[in-house]
Amino acid sequence: MEHRSSRLDNVRSLLSVFVYPVQLLVSLPIELTEKAFNTVLSYSDLKDENTSLRRKQLVDSIKLLKYEALENENIRLRALLENSFKLGEQVLVAELLSVNLVPYEHVVVVNKGSRFGVSIHQPVMDANGIVGQVIRSLPLSSEVMLITDPNHAIPVQVNRNGLRTIAIGSGKLDRLNLPFLPNNADILPGDLLVTSGLGGTFPQGYPVAIVKEFSVRPNKPFADIYAIPKAQLDKSRELLIVWSDPTPVPLMLPEESLKDVDANE
Amino acid sequence: MLTNKKQNIHGYFLTLLLAMCLKVLPLPDYLSRLNPDWVLLILIYWTLAVPERMGVFNAWCVGIIVDVLTGRLLGQQALVYALVSYTCLKFHKRLRQYPLLQQSLFVFFSLLFAQVLIFWIERIESTTEFTLIFWLPVLVGTVLWPMIYVVLRFIRILGQTR
Repeated sequence: MEHRSSRLDNVRSLLSVFVYPVQLLVSLPIELTEKAFNTVLSYSDLKDENTSLRRKQLVDSIKLLKYEALENENIRLRALLENSFKLGEQVLVAELLSVNLVPYEHVVVVNKGSRFGVSIHQPVMDANGIVGQVIRSLPLSSEVMLITDPNHAIPVQVNRNGLRTIAIGSGKLDRLNLPFLPNNADILPGDLLVTSGLGGTFPQGYPVAIVKEFSVRPNKPFADIYAIPKAQLDKSRELLIVWSDPTPVPLMLPEESLKDVDANE
Repeated sequence: MLTNKKQNIHGYFLTLLLAMCLKVLPLPDYLSRLNPDWVLLILIYWTLAVPERMGVFNAWCVGIIVDVLTGRLLGQQALVYALVSYTCLKFHKRLRQYPLLQQSLFVFFSLLFAQVLIFWIERIESTTEFTLIFWLPVLVGTVLWPMIYVVLRFIRILGQTR
């Protein structure tokens, strides 16, 4: 079966190069309208946007200052505990192609492929949280399965208390199911779910979803819980493909390597 | 004579390319669930109109390309298209005599057959739950068939007369 082996991957890669223009052709009108819309934006709109972005950038950079100090403190504390820490991640910005593969799956196509070193099972994020993972990397493009696809499951933990579980896609863009928590689980609406790093695909600690509803089912073993994804799955056009090193780095490293690998764009 | 045939081939390729574009066209959610299998509809037309040119193998090749385009299991659409084009080849003499309405009925069963095959294959490899909406493209395709027939016949005659 092709979905278990990789023998036909080369055939698919070769054919995908010929098919890529079709996908570009389909997504062209949408890109053009967006471009046209951008060129006719008025001066005052741009000025407003600029000031608000400037303000946001100031706030963010102050937050980042604190974050850097906290990160160093965290590494020092972990060193005291003789624990290991993880290096930072590298990202690549990829743009979404406006094509709809099949209506019953949540799989999108992005314009960066194995030519840029993208490989299967890489996590994909946007500015707000986890979007999904690469399920197929072709030479010029790659296919990304969203976390809301019914075939997708992501290991998460509740940020408040570290409760670990698995979030499964529901087939709706604004809903993740958490089917494996008992009725007395310590989870509340409004809780942030972050990646737990188990399974090795997703790096630890990135926001995934916010719990929306928690309803107890008295005569069933598991509660009925669902969450809303943090990432704007239907709105963001730019996605970040992440390279993360899942193996923890041992202690006693020179000072330079404690710094994050800088994000390159 | 040779140039005529070339014209035909152009029309044939262009319509298939257009069908592939329509198949992956990004639409609002409710519309994309109704989007029929344009490539199969156009394959059926060309198989009925020029059976000596359109064979099972051609249909299979188009199917492989569609597989890659839509990220399916390699060979899934190819199998479906090959089987449908085989039935079209088998019955093309009879089908060409039928009125448009009766042809639509045949197209309905072809599309339904294709969708059932896709349903089976997808059920084996994934856990996606299929609702009744999954079958709607079959109906939409059937309704669109007369229009496709008229437009493609116009294109074919255009290619021949030039």
